[in-house]
Parts: sequence; structure tokens; C-alpha cells
Amino acid sequence: MVGASLAGLQAAQTLRRDGFDGELTMVGDEPHYPYDRPPLSKHFLAGAWEEEKLRLRAAADPDALGLTWRLGTAATGLDLEAKRLELSEGPALGYDGLIIATGAAARTLPGCELAGVHVLRTLDDAVALRADFDGGPDHVVVIGAGFIGAEVAATARERGLAVTMIEAASVPLGRVLDRSSGEAIADLHRANGVDVRLGVGVSGMRSAGGRVTHVDLEDGSAIQTSVVVVGIGVVPNVGWLEGSGLTLDDGILCDETCLAAPSVVAAGDVARWPNARFGGAPSRVEQWDNAIEQGAYAARRLLAWLSTDPDLATDLAPFQPVPWFWSDQYDKKIQLAGIPTETAAVVHGSVQEQRFVKIYLDDAGLFVGALAWNRPRQAIQARQLLAEGASAEDARAKLAPAPA
Amino acid sequence: MKINVDFDLCESNAICMQIAPEVFEVRDDDFLYVLIDHPPAELHAKVREAVDRCPKQAISLAEDLPAPE
Ligand SMILES: Cc1cc2nc3c(=O)[nH]c(=O)nc-3n(C[C@H](O)[C@H](O)[C@H](O)COP(=O)(O)OP(=O)(O)OC[C@H]3O[C@@H](n4cnc5c(N)ncnc54)[C@H](O)[C@@H]3O)c2cc1C
Ligand code: SF4
Repeated sequence: MVGASLAGLQAAQTLRRDGFDGELTMVGDEPHYPYDRPPLSKHFLAGAWEEEKLRLRAAADPDALGLTWRLGTAATGLDLEAKRLELSEGPALGYDGLIIATGAAARTLPGCELAGVHVLRTLDDAVALRADFDGGPDHVVVIGAGFIGAEVAATARERGLAVTMIEAASVPLGRVLDRSSGEAIADLHRANGVDVRLGVGVSGMRSAGGRVTHVDLEDGSAIQTSVVVVGIGVVPNVGWLEGSGLTLDDGILCDETCLAAPSVVAAGDVARWPNARFGGAPSRVEQWDNAIEQGAYAARRLLAWLSTDPDLATDLAPFQPVPWFWSDQYDKKIQLAGIPTETAAVVHGSVQEQRFVKIYLDDAGLFVGALAWNRPRQAIQARQLLAEGASAEDARAKLAPAPA
Repeated sequence: MKINVDFDLCESNAICMQIAPEVFEVRDDDFLYVLIDHPPAELHAKVREAVDRCPKQAISLAEDLPAPE
């Protein structure tokens, strides 16, 4: 396994649970045992959790999986022909099967090298950002109103810091939610005292003595600040695979069973594969639950590939999950199952009471997604209904409140 | 095996119930109830999957704790 995080760890665990008793090596460039990323922008940044609490359950006892940990070691090259992995330290590693789960890295802007300017992807990033928050800065500027930016803004407000959130698009989360939900997110942040600036890009940052002092906007205005968080998306970690022969195009291109090459599978944020459920155009999914589900699937795919038992291979259906993610901001739990569209209907609760479920229909009127706002149970129920291919009427009826 | 749920973390999304309904139940009051603290061996695989898939990492297991007599 390359990438010692959510998808890689789940793959290792699945291999063991499914009876693989051969040698396993986990190569990870971070110095830490696998930890959970979602709390980095939430409990950890808030100061409520310490590092120990972040460790993924499956790595609580690092010896339990009977694998060799190569932490603090990066994979630097891959020879598919010779089945060898080059490492930043020590001799190359031969393999029979390879699981690539190198995830993604935060996208950066010119200015990210300045003191006070942060991205948030790793524990080390979170430790640095938290230290700056602890210093009680006068002002925090968040560039990008995606999930990471929005969660950081919420946590900063909860810590009593003044926050400006800047987004080049006309709504927050435009890439992942429908327009009116994006607007609801903007309202939520405004109601909590964030200065939300939409439809304006950042033209640059200024500094003094190596530390950021101003963020300049394209409309000519400037914001004075000593702390900036850049949350403008991620890029898959594939640089080390250049020239390996794998198809690299916004991630590692896989077939519908997550196979990237003979004896090589990929999973998690780095994998791009065609999900037949959504017409089969290859895409990447940057979601926690997908990393787990795909990590487990990829491990089984690899076992099937390596096995001489023909049943193992034919039993495996293509990987076609229903996407699902959550984001916690202030006291709101926002969850999306499936895909959003601009044709939505509230089927449970109301937007006014800030507890509701709305379903999304595609152009043909088919049920393709649902958004749950402070309704976690209905989000999971909607995901199940999507997996079953429920009709819009069915979804409407089943997601409605139970009659009293 | 003994199951522990951190109810401060649990958000009652019922993912665990989908995986192991014999063990976990989220009722209409939106609270999670653990039906069997010491699940029998045939449920262990499902319970472990529920532990992995809980997005709040709210479920933990003491693997080597046998059920009390
Ligand atoms: C702050 C934050 C909050 C989040 N909140 C949510 C949320 O609320 N809900 C949700 O659904 N999702 C959330 N996510 C997304 C979720 O955490 C990711 O989808 C998930 O971590 C992906 O797991 P992964 O194993 O594919 O990749 P990653 O977790 O990115 O792990 C990849 C690992 O591989 C390592 N690596 C990279 N290159 C190499 C190399 N060449 N050699 C060795 N190792 C390498 C990386 O350093 C990293 O440790 C959040 C992410 C972040 C950063
Ligand atoms: S999966 Fe986790 S958060 Fe969800 S109901 Fe079960 S214990 Fe609670």
C-alpha cells in the first residue's frame, strides 16, 4: 500500500479480514500513524481535541494488522514491468500487488510560502494553523468558500475571531451543491458574523518581514490581516507516478473495478474511475466514506486479480457507490447523498426551522440526490433509497416525517 | 468483544444500524440504542464494519473482552 491514510489503511484491514496472510508493507510520507482528517477543520482546530484523539481506530494498535510500517518514507517511482516501487529511503521494494492511495494535496496560491498563510490538509498543517489561531489574531481571511474554507471560517468564528471569507464564484460551494443551498450556506455564515464576499477574486498578497499583511482583491480593495487560510481545492498526488505508464489525468485513471494496471489498484481521493451509476464518465470523489468503501473494494479487487480462483474475479461487481458526504458548520450538519440538481423539493421539515431534507430530480424527473440539513438519519436513508433506485414518489413518501 | 459508543460523538445517522441492525438501532426519538453489548462471534465481522464506517468514529471495541457469564 502506498499512502498511509484512510483508503490505504482500510485496504490493509480488508486484506487481512479476507484472509490474506502474506507480507504487507504500508508506505506513507507523513511521519504519523493514520489519522482522521475531518476533525482537523472542526474539533482539532477548535482546540477541543488533541492529536491522540485523531488516530484512526484501525491503527489504534499499529501491530494488530501484522504489517510493516514505512512511515516518513515517500514512494518516488514505479516500475510496472519489474513490479518495483522506488522509495525516498532504502532499497526499492518488490511487490506482487500494489494499492495506490496517495490522496490529494491542497492547491496553493502565490503567497502560500509566507508566514501566516496556511492550507489545511494534514495534521502538520492543522497544528500550524491552530497555533496561529491560539495567538488571537485580529483578523482571519479565508480564501475559497468550499467545504474546507467554510468549516475553517465556522471554527474561527466559534473561537471568537473576526473572519472574512472570499469566494470568486457567486455562491459558496457552487461546485458541490445546488445554488439555493449554496446561498443558504452564505446566509449561515453571515448570520454568524462572517464577512462573506462573493464574486470577487484575490489578486495577490502583501507581506512585511516574511509575514502576510494584506490580501488584495481584484476589485481593488485590500484586507489587512495576519492569518490567511487558502481553501481552493486539491490536486491528486500523482507526481511520483510520472513516466510509470499509468494513465494520469486528474488522478489515476482506473477501470470500473478500480484496476489501474495489471496487479495495481487505486482508491480514495487519488482514483478516477467510471461509476456506471452516473453514466460512466470517469471522476474522482473526495469524500471520507468513499475512501473507506473504495479502499475495501480495491483490496478485494486485488485479491481477485492475484487469485487463481476464477469465482473470486467474476463475483466482483463494478464499483458503483452512491456518493455521500457531510460537513459540520456551527451547529449545522449538512449532508448530501447522490448528486445535486437545480430541481429540488423539500420533503421533510422546513428551511425556516433549519431542519429539513430536500430531494433532487434530474431532467427526466428521476430521483438522483438529497440534501439533509440537520437530519443525519434521513441523509443515510436517502442514500439507501438511491442505491435501491427508488422513484421520486417513493423517496418523497419514505423521507417524509412518519405520521404522528 | 465489548461495544462502546461515545454518545457525545454519535450523531444518530444510523449507518451502524444499516450494517448491523441486530446490534444497533436508532429509534424514532433519534437516539442510538446498542441492543447487544457483547455481540456473538457471528456478528463480529458486521460490527467491525460498523466501527470502520462510523463517520464520527464514535464506536470502539474491546476485542478481547468476553461476554460476562
Ligand atoms: C480538513 C479536512 C476536512 C475534511 N472533512 C470532511 C468531511 O467532513 N466529510 C467528508 O466526507 N470528507 C471530508 N474530508 C475529506 C476526506 O478526509 C478525504 O476524502 C480522505 O482523507 C481521503 O482519504 P485518502 O486515503 O484517499 O487520501 P488522504 O487522506 O489524502 O491520504 C493520502 C496519504 O498518502 C500520502 N502520500 C501522498 N503521496 C505519497 C507518496 N508518494 N508516498 C507515500 N505517501 C504518500 C499522503 O501524505 C497522505 O498521508 C476532509 C478533508 C480534510 C483535509
Ligand atoms: S454510525 Fe456512528 S454516528 Fe452513526 S448512529 Fe452509529 S454510532 Fe452514531
